Amino acid sequence: MSFVLKMAWRDSRASRRRLVLFSLSIVLGVAALVAIGSFRDNLRQAVADQSKTLLGADLAVTSRQKLTGEARAFLDGLGGEQAREVAFSSMIVFPTRGGQTRIAQVRAMEGGFPFYGEAVTVPAGALKQLDAGDAAVVEDTLMTQFGLQVGEPIRVGEATFPIAGALQKIPGESPAVAMLAPRVYLPLRALEQTHLVQTGSLVRYRTYFKFSSGFDVEALVRNLRERFRGLQLGFDTVEQRKRDLGRVLDNVESFLNLVGFIALLLGAIGVASAMQVYVQQKVATIAVLRCLGATARRSFAVYLCQGLGLGLLGAAMGALLGLAAQLALPAVFRSFLPVDAPVFISWQAVAGGMGAGLGVCLLFTLLPLMSIRRVSPLRALRAGYGEDVPKRDPLQWVLYGLIGMSVFGCAWWQTNRWQRGLGFALALAATFGVLTGVARLLTWAARRWVPRRLPYVWRQGLANLYRPNNRTVLLLVSLGLGTFLVLTLYLTRASLLAEFRGSTGDDRPNLLFFDVQDDQLAGVDALLQAGGAPVRQEAPIVTMRISVLKGRPVEELSRDRAPGRGGWALRREYRCTYRGRLAETERVVAGSFVGRVSPGTDVVPISVEQGLAKELQVQIGDEITFDVQGVPIRTRVGSLRAVEWQRMQANFFVVFPEGVLEAAPKFFVVATRVGSSAQSAALQQAVVRAYPNVSAIDLGLVLQTLDAIFTKVALVVQFMALFVALTGVIVMAGAVLTGRFQRVRESVLLRTLGATRRQVQRIMLAEYSVLGLLASGTGSLLAVGANWLLVHFVFETRFAPSPLLLLVAVVAVTTVTVVTGLLASRGDCDHPPLEVLRQET
Amino acid sequence: MLKVERLTKTYFTAAGPLTVLKDVTLEVAAGDTLAVVGPSGSGKTTLLGLCAGLDEPTTGSVALNGANLERLSEDERALLRNADVGFVFQNFQLIPTLTALENVLVPLELRTGLRRNAGEGLASSSAVPGDGLTEARALLERVGLSDRLGHYPLQLSGGEQQRVSLARAFVNRPKILFCDEPTGNLDDETAQAMMDLVFGLNRERGTTLVLVTHNPDLARRCSRTIRLRGGAVVDDHSA
Repeated sequence: MSFVLKMAWRDSRASRRRLVLFSLSIVLGVAALVAIGSFRDNLRQAVADQSKTLLGADLAVTSRQKLTGEARAFLDGLGGEQAREVAFSSMIVFPTRGGQTRIAQVRAMEGGFPFYGEAVTVPAGALKQLDAGDAAVVEDTLMTQFGLQVGEPIRVGEATFPIAGALQKIPGESPAVAMLAPRVYLPLRALEQTHLVQTGSLVRYRTYFKFSSGFDVEALVRNLRERFRGLQLGFDTVEQRKRDLGRVLDNVESFLNLVGFIALLLGAIGVASAMQVYVQQKVATIAVLRCLGATARRSFAVYLCQGLGLGLLGAAMGALLGLAAQLALPAVFRSFLPVDAPVFISWQAVAGGMGAGLGVCLLFTLLPLMSIRRVSPLRALRAGYGEDVPKRDPLQWVLYGLIGMSVFGCAWWQTNRWQRGLGFALALAATFGVLTGVARLLTWAARRWVPRRLPYVWRQGLANLYRPNNRTVLLLVSLGLGTFLVLTLYLTRASLLAEFRGSTGDDRPNLLFFDVQDDQLAGVDALLQAGGAPVRQEAPIVTMRISVLKGRPVEELSRDRAPGRGGWALRREYRCTYRGRLAETERVVAGSFVGRVSPGTDVVPISVEQGLAKELQVQIGDEITFDVQGVPIRTRVGSLRAVEWQRMQANFFVVFPEGVLEAAPKFFVVATRVGSSAQSAALQQAVVRAYPNVSAIDLGLVLQTLDAIFTKVALVVQFMALFVALTGVIVMAGAVLTGRFQRVRESVLLRTLGATRRQVQRIMLAEYSVLGLLASGTGSLLAVGANWLLVHFVFETRFAPSPLLLLVAVVAVTTVTVVTGLLASRGDCDHPPLEVLRQET
Repeated sequence: MLKVERLTKTYFTAAGPLTVLKDVTLEVAAGDTLAVVGPSGSGKTTLLGLCAGLDEPTTGSVALNGANLERLSEDERALLRNADVGFVFQNFQLIPTLTALENVLVPLELRTGLRRNAGEGLASSSAVPGDGLTEARALLERVGLSDRLGHYPLQLSGGEQQRVSLARAFVNRPKILFCDEPTGNLDDETAQAMMDLVFGLNRERGTTLVLVTHNPDLARRCSRTIRLRGGAVVDDHSA
């Protein structure tokens, strides 16, 4: 064995436990990367293996209108197996549950869908009964919610169906769909009986195809797209689904990986900081080695080997832990996954995670190790020698540069775009910078304003935060970062929920009825009036499409799409309203709002929502021709509006003035306010009983759905934040143990001077409490800042951080800090003073 | 063996330049024993450090065993130290994580691979013992520590630690031994025994000895004494 390896091994004798502890800092970061990477590979494999079940068919053709004529004939002539589906939202009534109602996705189906994969129902094969008789298959969550049994009836529109079974899973859709809107499957031929599909109803027609193997679906889709451009058909193929899913998985994976990467960076900073203290303690040994003839490079190599060894150990432990954590990931993500992911070890992910861990650890460890090259052998003669050695090493700047580049490079690699990578690297640098800055400021302030009247143990505990070689800033940064990440998530969740809940606090509507037909309006109004909930808002809705934009037909525009102009905005079906004034949820940002025009106006001035205007690339004065159910109407953009979309109200992209659309086929949205959920249920039942086609949305239901989604997302983010927070705790334990020798000496000195063991422990308690308070305080401040930014710029809601949440965070982090600190310092008081004093000679 | 010419060392501190060694010239022949005495702060340790190539002079030159130190890089000087120089420090400077035997072996272990790495021309003059381990054991036996080979520095008394460091200083069969206050941290009796060992080994192996000390008795045992004051040589006499 070479001298370097032998020396590295022997020299580590007294500090192996400490080195292992240092290596723990990167374990969780590596574990996160390995777990996510391996899980990603499992998912990719699953997607490849089960690709056809992603759609359940070879091709799905979707249309917003019932297909007729040439298109229908062409599709029918394509052959293969076909299945048809008509889907829309409607109220479901449960007669055996006191006539309770719930909005659901109704899907009337015919044919053997799914062609690939199995629909999971209880009892099995329930979906097949749709073809056999007049029965319904109901989403499992809905069955549970209302305590429904197979065989009980449900009413959809004007028809009643017995329940054939509960739907748990169907190919082509992620289980999360059930969370947004529970599904109810009906036989297609019974659709007529419901009387729900009427003019203006928002209905989606879909045909599923199964072709013989070897059929070129992609070529067919290209052909169909070209041929039926004007019909605005949607085509979904297995390849398309794979691409879409791949993109989503990539995005989710990038996000998770970046969180894992933050944990790794935090750990690496912990390692570097621990190594710095370690190297300082090794200076005498290094000087002796230099005196005995070791070159600077060899002495450096000895400690580099130790650094590499601990990096390797940390990376290996991380990989093992990551593989274990991987087993937990499918459970965390289950509700979002459209496929069953098998669990196997991806060696590529293991290598990637370990490589990243070792690389980052090495880069950061090099920082403190660089100083070894400059240890003068003279220090063996004189301990204090070295004051005239320049402090900054040019190689150190090279290292800083390399670290910056590698962070940027990793982020770029994860996000696939250099702009995002740079953004991430800069945001991370800013967060670290702010955390460090705030930590220093708070430390400085705490030091400056320590009241002299504080008991001695508190003053001593505070003074410990500024002892030489203190890890105060490191601890504040690592604990603060953990607090910041977790708390930002919670605050944002609380802000959003509060925003929606807030609307029940004042006079805003909280119950919406939609699909109210022209002739039903008076009846619905009367029912609401009778139920004690007068109408608050009534908006007519007319469906239309854009046919000509700024003088160019939409077909032409969508053929050669201008960059940045969304095809969706061009082709979608618009549900517009007309009214004489602005609603309270909107304001004009450009142009002027026209409330009424005289009949026969050639070019109608309309008001467009500013986001849509950007999407369509239109400005004030630009002309748009709408096709209103066959009638072309020329319009001109008269004003742009900003809309508060999150308000529970009927909001519109395009608003027409009065005097144009009154005669067009239309239906209404009616909003009211109810005082209780019982009143809401009673009103919904009354309205749906009288007008089965009318649907209702209760704000309470929206809140429930939002909360359910948040809970699922929060589970994922918390799982990841846990890695960061735990890394913070490990880094802290490492830092406490690194300063242990100094601490033991201090406690011995104090005890020699007459301090009791209890006093010494209380000094530590004071130190860790202050540390925990400062860390959680800094993290909380940043989280409040991030919450403000998110609330202000992303969600555009009110900024109202919950003081209770902040208090809980501060108390929890402080407790964890104190407990970790005290546990890591356990036994510091057990050393007899003599033993320590002897060590000093 | 050692030739020092017009040696000056100035440290540039925050408080201004500080000259600790002024224009020192001296020559030591092979096998000679030289004591450097003088009050604290007179530049003794600085002179020793410069002679051993541990630092670079501001002006002047040092030639060690014919090699001009200022022409060598720090790494080349390290090779030279490993080959030709032994050290005994006032505070022993044993590596706390190594046993007594391992401490003694360090210079030899450093040497393995040195020849491969670089210093063919430089480090070749000194004879490497055929079996380093035997040599190290023999030296520890010679200093009376044959039963303490596996002990760590913390488990040894001050006198024992200094004897280990003496064994380490001789293990590479140095041409010149530099001792910096070798008895400064020892009681009289232990110091006496220690110095008997130093001079005994010195005679046996024909090593040149440069000894920095406060102790006049110790200085008298050397063949020549120079006295420093304020960084300059004020007295130079042979016994």
